[in-house]
Amino acid sequence: MKAAVLDFPGSNCDFDMYYALIDFGIDAKIIDARQSNLDDYDAIFLPGGFSYGDYLRAGAIARFAPAMEAVKKAADQGRFVVGICNGFQILTEAGLLPGALRMNAKAGFICDQVLLNVENDNSLFTKNLYRQQLLLPIAHAGGNYYADQETLTKLHANRQIIFTYQDNPNGSIDDIAGIVNEKGNVFGVMPHPERAVDPLLGNIDGRPFFESILQTSGVLN
Amino acid sequence: MFLAKIYVTYKPSILDPQGEVIKSALHRLDYTDVNSVMQGKYFEIKLEAKDQRTAAKEIEEFSDELLINVNMETFTYKLSEISSVEE
Repeated sequence: MKAAVLDFPGSNCDFDMYYALIDFGIDAKIIDARQSNLDDYDAIFLPGGFSYGDYLRAGAIARFAPAMEAVKKAADQGRFVVGICNGFQILTEAGLLPGALRMNAKAGFICDQVLLNVENDNSLFTKNLYRQQLLLPIAHAGGNYYADQETLTKLHANRQIIFTYQDNPNGSIDDIAGIVNEKGNVFGVMPHPERAVDPLLGNIDGRPFFESILQTSGVLN
Repeated sequence: MFLAKIYVTYKPSILDPQGEVIKSALHRLDYTDVNSVMQGKYFEIKLEAKDQRTAAKEIEEFSDELLINVNMETFTYKLSEISSVEE
């Protein structure tokens, strides 16, 4: 499995993501977001950070990066697209995921670990996840997910809500922490599984998440 | 040339946590008569257009497309004709 980790100006979790992927033996590369061809990659990861300084709104400018056309193409072709934190914000701004991320309900940046419920254990990203809950780091000021009632109804009906917060830290509607698109191959999540893969850092709950993706894509048995 | 003054705010249904924090800061400065604070964004955009109607159409289009996130924000604007030497 070949994976691209996109590097936008202001991305700061690109190396965390890269190390998590190579730790699982994935052929991963950090790719400059000015590159417009991502045809070689089976999976594309949009990392956390503050792309383009979060100017205008988080993710609002990143959606114009040349690589985003290639991300759209990958999404249309059913390849894996994963956006974490700022990557999730970029995917909503680009229209690849529904809804939007508002500022946290209680103003300010939250840096913590939170327990997540696995709401849908049959998605491409979770069908090999053997856990009902995960403890993952969060680090965001704008992680307060919002979708209008019509969109929410669809998200519930199509089982597009993948993770919810047990103890909602940011005001997200329906405690939503991570969703997929209607087709199920584009995933956005605020918490950081890539920061929880090494026992040295005290938490390895991110590992089952990556293992699940790898099993689904046939890389791991 | 036209000058557009564009005001972006959250939709009324969207909580504005920064506005709330600013309100409580104003209360701590003893401006206890402040009832509400809404924080938004303000843009001044100069553009060439053949007439006011064309300019208005363009502003409405690009505001929806880029300046706001239609899921949670809304905008109003004032449009005036200015001479091109005016800075």
